[in-house]
Amino acid sequence: MSHFTQISVQSQDFDFAYEYQKLRDSSHSDGALVTFVGLVRDMNLEMSVSGLFLEHYPAMTEKVLNGIVEKARAKWQLGSVSIIHRVGQLKVSEQIVFVGVTSQHRQSAYHANEFIMDFLKTQAPFWKKETTIDGDRWIEAKSSDMEKSKNW
Amino acid sequence: MLKVLFFGQLKDIIQTEHLEIEVIQNDQSGKEGQSHKPIKTVAMLRHLLQKKDDIWNEHLAYGKALVAVNQEMTSDDTALNDADEIAFFPPVTGG
Repeated sequence: MSHFTQISVQSQDFDFAYEYQKLRDSSHSDGALVTFVGLVRDMNLEMSVSGLFLEHYPAMTEKVLNGIVEKARAKWQLGSVSIIHRVGQLKVSEQIVFVGVTSQHRQSAYHANEFIMDFLKTQAPFWKKETTIDGDRWIEAKSSDMEKSKNW
Repeated sequence: MLKVLFFGQLKDIIQTEHLEIEVIQNDQSGKEGQSHKPIKTVAMLRHLLQKKDDIWNEHLAYGKALVAVNQEMTSDDTALNDADEIAFFPPVTGG
């Protein structure tokens, strides 16, 4: 039983309960465990979405995610950190991303979890293409996401 | 030889996933338009690629296509070395 960093980019789904338990089991000194799960929505920009294709830059993705975890660990006293991001074809309501963070007290875990997601959204080389009734379309980056990551 | 990769919508628009470019191309063939100056920086590579046609010019423009050298996001003044891997892509949309 010891603290860990887990980074995984994968096409297969993940089991929330299993990932949660791994984080819980990694330490008995942490009193806080914060998780975030991102899901595929059925609507975006007032268009009905039936699925999502996630492309990435394999050699770069894990490097960037590791760098984000390092930055988070430098800012807060954290226990274990787990990031899972899926790639490939996903259907509506499927899980896209998991971020789990443990720490002794809740504030660090809350902040670090949001920090990791904010930077993942603006730094990690993933691109989403939506499947709609009008055909496929690439999602445009949101300036609000960029602003949010600048606030840290 | 520089290895150049393209991702996301950019890859679809220019219909190119990857290409290889010599850092220095000698103009020994005598054919015009086949030689270029040594590519010393990201900015020079971007400029060279933009010259391909109007579509490349528009979508590889500074501010429109981000760039990574050897899998690290970087800026246009970054120096390039032979065998570097350079990737151009639109702003990321994961999560």
